[in-house]
Amino acid sequence: MLAADLLVAQNIGFGIIALLMVVGALRVVTVNNVVHAALWLVVVLSGAAAQYLLLSAEFVAITQVLVYVGAVMVLFLFGTMLTRARIGAENDLNNKNWKIAIPVSLLMLGVMSWVIVDGFRDEKLIENPGEMSQVPIQLISDDIFGPYLLPFWALSFVLLVAVIGAIVLARKD
Amino acid sequence: MLTAQFLLLGAVLFCIGVYGVLARKNAVMVLMSIELILNSVNLNLLAFSVRHGSVDGNTFALYIIAIAAAEVGVGLAMVLLIYRNRRTIALDDLSEMKG
Repeated sequence: MLAADLLVAQNIGFGIIALLMVVGALRVVTVNNVVHAALWLVVVLSGAAAQYLLLSAEFVAITQVLVYVGAVMVLFLFGTMLTRARIGAENDLNNKNWKIAIPVSLLMLGVMSWVIVDGFRDEKLIENPGEMSQVPIQLISDDIFGPYLLPFWALSFVLLVAVIGAIVLARKD
Repeated sequence: MLTAQFLLLGAVLFCIGVYGVLARKNAVMVLMSIELILNSVNLNLLAFSVRHGSVDGNTFALYIIAIAAAEVGVGLAMVLLIYRNRRTIALDDLSEMKG
């Protein structure tokens, strides 16, 4: 196997970012301060954007940063600040039976990892790393406005309904 | 890069998100855990997009990002409404529809 086929730099980058993402995700679900959880979520979402760049999906990575890190996080922080008087650590963020969730998620993780490892083993993502080029945005738009036009319409309608629904729900009267 | 490494990262994030949905009481925290789940799905879609040499996965990932934005908007509006009516967003207290 040639050294170029191993993509050492990409693998090191993947490992560091993946570690950051997993630590951040664990902090999101264990920390007992809602604002801190939102900030750890920023770490996870930015790490996801970096992984998308490693997968040569630039447009999705930029959209991720714009929509998630930019808009969704602001929504979360607003939601946090509008639904509680004080901002700080709290002790009752977990359910009474939260311990049951640990074996459930571990079981799911075990089954999923077994299936993935059994199914893909050491199959490489791309046979020829030199061929891995960035995805032209033109192809994505051809895809959206070609074979996937109907889902795009449905999505536009969903966004419209979501905007109207959010206004109706949050209006004071 | 192996296919399995991206899929395994997606699986780990998915399971952490499921744990968050099950274990958290605060409605905003549950919404954050749902974001984790959606992101892990996106990671899988993009990995398969590269693996099959097609852009369909990128298109689906963009659709999922849009759906997630709509979901957070409506979800937080509902959380605000519940907070306004009941002064709490603890999901344990919302048990009227329990059988």
